[in-house]
Amino acid sequence: MCAGWVIIMSTQGFDFADVDDLYREIILDHYRSPRNQEKLAESDLEAEGMNPFCGDEVVIQIKLVDGLVDAVSFKGNGCSISQASASILTDAIKGKTLDEAEALYFRFRDMMYGKSSSDDDADQLGEVEALAGVKRFPIRVKCALLAWATLEDAIKKHAREAEKKTSDKP
Amino acid sequence: MLDIKAIRKDFPILSRQVYGKPLVYLDNAATSQKPTSVIKALTEYYEEYNSNIHRGVHALSMEATDRYEEARQKCAGFIGSPIAENLIMVRNTTEAINLVAQSWAQHNIGPGDEILTTHMEHHSNLVPWQKVAKDRGAELKFIPLTSEQTLDLSDLDRLLTSRTKLVALNHMSNVLGTINPVKELGQAAHRVGARILIDGAQSVPHLKVDVKDLDCDFLAFSGHKMLAPTGIGVLYVKQEVLEDMEPFLRGGEMVKQVWDDHATWNDLPMRFEAGTPNIADAIAMGAAIDYLEALGMENVRQHEISITEYALNAFQELEEVTVFGPRDMSQRGGIVSFYGGDVHPHDIGTMLDREGIAIRTGHHCAMPLMNKLAVPATARASFYIYNTEEEVDLLVSALKATLRYFSKA
Repeated sequence: MCAGWVIIMSTQGFDFADVDDLYREIILDHYRSPRNQEKLAESDLEAEGMNPFCGDEVVIQIKLVDGLVDAVSFKGNGCSISQASASILTDAIKGKTLDEAEALYFRFRDMMYGKSSSDDDADQLGEVEALAGVKRFPIRVKCALLAWATLEDAIKKHAREAEKKTSDKP
Repeated sequence: MLDIKAIRKDFPILSRQVYGKPLVYLDNAATSQKPTSVIKALTEYYEEYNSNIHRGVHALSMEATDRYEEARQKCAGFIGSPIAENLIMVRNTTEAINLVAQSWAQHNIGPGDEILTTHMEHHSNLVPWQKVAKDRGAELKFIPLTSEQTLDLSDLDRLLTSRTKLVALNHMSNVLGTINPVKELGQAAHRVGARILIDGAQSVPHLKVDVKDLDCDFLAFSGHKMLAPTGIGVLYVKQEVLEDMEPFLRGGEMVKQVWDDHATWNDLPMRFEAGTPNIADAIAMGAAIDYLEALGMENVRQHEISITEYALNAFQELEEVTVFGPRDMSQRGGIVSFYGGDVHPHDIGTMLDREGIAIRTGHHCAMPLMNKLAVPATARASFYIYNTEEEVDLLVSALKATLRYFSKA
């Protein structure tokens, strides 16, 4: 069956050089050995995120001490980008205030949508910058953003609850 | 036997490259590619006789009307309907099923009645029935699956009863490739006085479907999965059922006479085709049917049996990969869904894409089936008349390389 052109195709190698920018070593490392998986016994913030398009799921829990992220955990199911991004997030927000964590999300989101220069990002984002290659694969951007959008949900929910507590006081 | 090399020349897109690599198109269950004759039928219509149909007295309108109705005739012949007027032109399978839900089911299904479907339906053959069941106080029941993902009919007598008013199922699963015994289920449905709707989106493009032989009440299919453009599909309805149905959309074309406060309905099938239809794409679907009939649907089916068997054998080399669906090719079409162990389908899809190989990943609009299979998603390769064993080899070797790339070792 149609030999000629096929032989050329069959000898094609699979070096995947092109995807190395997407699947950087740091990402694969976080995917293979996700950090901070231990469920927290008690948490101040918790939110669940889902991407129905591909079935990625993530739950994030945060424990605050003196207004700083003291412990953080995630549990999830999904592609390497969504899960590595969640793992990187948990490391990245430890020791930060919620405002700082939220600012990091905004910066990361801007990077994913191509709204910031990579020089700025390298300084500000730390390990999160490893996800920069994802923006060249637009269909995967929402995989990378899932955990972060979930963090944002958790922060907003926490702020609403705090506001309610204040206004409930006599 | 199909002459694949000659067929490939008829599809301009197959000679393009993706990321500098030859395109290997294995996403035919999502949509098929289009041959030159279909593309030409579209441009001919717009360049030579573009006009509205059924109303005009001028030459172009009469020409377009003839060609549109000729396309309907071709579709009728293709599915073995003796009467072309039993075919309603719609946008796609989804619209066809919604038409049945709204124009037939909402008036023929009542409180305490049952609709029987399966656990391997596309959302388009499930969500409309959820609404009918809710609106009419009816109950949805499901035929379960065997371990090989065929229908488990052992309990059919309990599931299909005098309360059942409709059996709605797919002829071929868009995820598993399973071919369901729709003829036998139609006979069983009719014995209890129920109607049967067959979702033929995956079967009509790939094997000979004959509505007389199946004796089905409704058959729905889309043009775009069978070489035709997007935006055109067909609903076949058995004559006695069609006469009983309420109009779907209301407006021009579907009426005979209109007064201030009421109107009378046009003859069949125009009664169900309100507004200007998709003339160009319907005519191009006629060209697609000409192409498939010239190949012969028996030959199309034989080619797909052969390439799918080849793929299933090749996949056996991949120990960490689970392949779903039956192994018996008499019960299976050219669809191979698989789950790559530790590597998520989405990652597999991206890796293969960069090698020029187009597959589908995700839940394939069949979330309840994903739950039954206990996977978040699958990767799916699906074949058609222009696919070769060499392309399967490329898929398998790229898949092997992908699994190595992500391996934890």
